[in-house]
Amino acid sequence: MKYQLTKKQKRNLIRIVCSLLAFLVIFIVDKSVVLGNVFSGSSSWVLPFILYLAVYIAIGYDVLWRAVRNIAHGQVFDENFLMCIATLGAFALAIYRGVSGEEIEGFDEACAVLLFYQVGEFFQDYATVRSRRSISALMDLRPDYANVIRGASNERVSPDEVAVGETILVNPGEKIPLDGIVVSGTASLDTKALTGESMPRDVAVGDTVISGSVNLDSQIEVRVEKEFYDSTVSKILDLVENAASEKSKAENFITKFAKYYTPAVVLVAVVLAVVPGAVTGMWSTWIYRALSFLVVSCPCALVISIPLSFFAGIGQASKYGILIKGSNYLEKFNKANIFVFDKTGTLTKGNFVIAGVTTADGVEKEELMRLAANAEQGSSHPIARSVLDAYGGEPDNTYVITNEAGEGVVAEKEGSRILAGNEKLMARYSIEYAPASGAGTVVYIAENDRYMGYILIGDEIKPEAKEVVGELNALGAKTVMLTGDNELTAARVASEIGVSEYKASLLPGDKVSEVESLLARKSEKEVLSFVGDGINDAPVLMRSDIGIAMGGVGSDAAIEASDIVLMHDDLKGIPLAKRIARKTMAVVYQNIIFSVAVKAAILILSALGLANMWVAVFGDVGVAVIAILNAMRVNGKYASDTERSR
Amino acid sequence: MKKVFKLEDLDCANCAAKMERAICKVDGVHSASVNFMGQRLTLEAEDARFEDVLKEVVKVSKRVEPDCKILIR
Repeated sequence: MKYQLTKKQKRNLIRIVCSLLAFLVIFIVDKSVVLGNVFSGSSSWVLPFILYLAVYIAIGYDVLWRAVRNIAHGQVFDENFLMCIATLGAFALAIYRGVSGEEIEGFDEACAVLLFYQVGEFFQDYATVRSRRSISALMDLRPDYANVIRGASNERVSPDEVAVGETILVNPGEKIPLDGIVVSGTASLDTKALTGESMPRDVAVGDTVISGSVNLDSQIEVRVEKEFYDSTVSKILDLVENAASEKSKAENFITKFAKYYTPAVVLVAVVLAVVPGAVTGMWSTWIYRALSFLVVSCPCALVISIPLSFFAGIGQASKYGILIKGSNYLEKFNKANIFVFDKTGTLTKGNFVIAGVTTADGVEKEELMRLAANAEQGSSHPIARSVLDAYGGEPDNTYVITNEAGEGVVAEKEGSRILAGNEKLMARYSIEYAPASGAGTVVYIAENDRYMGYILIGDEIKPEAKEVVGELNALGAKTVMLTGDNELTAARVASEIGVSEYKASLLPGDKVSEVESLLARKSEKEVLSFVGDGINDAPVLMRSDIGIAMGGVGSDAAIEASDIVLMHDDLKGIPLAKRIARKTMAVVYQNIIFSVAVKAAILILSALGLANMWVAVFGDVGVAVIAILNAMRVNGKYASDTERSR
Repeated sequence: MKKVFKLEDLDCANCAAKMERAICKVDGVHSASVNFMGQRLTLEAEDARFEDVLKEVVKVSKRVEPDCKILIR
């Protein structure tokens, strides 16, 4: 996205460039011909004074105006005011020199200070507006209108005017404005902006649709289930827009610092002007040094670079579908070293797939699968579905199937009786079977009282789980898995993924107490983050230092309870967020130390008379620009393009 | 009661901090946070007098930062 200057910025830029050119022309002429010598006599200082003053007013009229206005409001330590004192003071000193017959100089300096101050201000404004825009790119999600069916006609209204229960029409290419249920038509929806899922989602009558998804192909009618402010898209936008309203410690530090910095510098400046001046009698020297102090007194550069860095971090994260609710969470997440994962739906996909097929001696795998498919064909249980999916072919539909509740199924036809079920079923039919080893649900298969083998159904571990957990372990973090599975299954999954600890056989309520005991055991400095899929783990998300909800879109509770939301159902977001947090915090600390150090150095040098006002203003504006550029470094790349485009 | 207001033309980070400090001092305000990057004011104040407190907040911020407008919906 190409960045466009705002109107105000354009006007300002033109003003700065024109003033800068005018200043340079006058400055060069002044240095070569010496404007002060054009006219001789005691009023010869008037010509350079008028020329420089013209540029000064052109570039600084707004600063002057704000200074006057703010001082009228009783704001003494206003940086506009201080800037004006510094520059007008410098003018006054130069006039004093001129009147008293000394060499005419100092007008250029006074003018330049304000000029560069404005350059710095412009740059700050540019950087802020620009990084604000980067977040508003997400705002493309916002639907502009809804086609609501009222009576016989369709009306195009703003989404917040549609009530629950009304029916809206969504044409191909339009965004779904409100959450609802499809009442007519079928369509493919693009939910990429919401979930990062690039495969279109097919919906038909009865399916729920979430606002913010784009209808790709054909018209559907949707019955509205939630008002606009309650819709998914509003929740997400709200979250993004209000990110960073929770302030970090670094931000609080810097605003507190700024609060004392300006008055302190001003006070020292006054002392510097009065005391040595009175002692030595060299009033103009010491007043000049004091004025240089005032040039550096504005803490804006410092104050802005910190939130700018955080904002860049939060904005960058949102590009990868990671929503961070505030800069304090970014700051805290950088320190996160205990990661607690809910197993099902987080480390695993929460589906059921065939984890292994073990056949009895002399039985082919295909044969076993065929028998299993024939037996399971009538069932809609997820386990049966995964068996049929794995088999792929058409099952033999001449079987008569009997369901044996809690045990399995029996399928019979002429010359064949298939048993498919657990050990109880096998025992009841007195079939000798080899007990299965491995974690998950076991389906034993027997045909005509002969044991054929078993199929192990497991919850599939996410492909990236091992890599992500490994990466976190490598950072020295503790990784803990919580699960309701039995000990055997949990141990298997834990060792496969590589988590450093696990807790098995937990009831849903136990998760909170488990996390609480982990919180109680950790030291003050450690930060515990809990990763869950947002389904019924809101209490745990709230309780932990940092709650991370995965694939949180569609689950309001998760969005509200968590501090970080991974919109994509991809664990890689965790180390990615960690990298962004680390980079951001590094930049924040660099900026604090660098800006404070440079300001202190300039103050000391000007007090000693080693730095003049030129150095002071370049130092001040330079610090701002460098700090802002440094903050922009947060906008780097944190993942390969393929991940990014997801 | 906690409410979030949009701010317009909040141009400098230090001014945001100054505004925040001034607003916090207003009688009846429990807490206030001015978010410079987000251009937002989060105000928590007494329920009963929220409207009055808000009026005072607008007045105070007008004095501290005359360029910045609090958008009241």
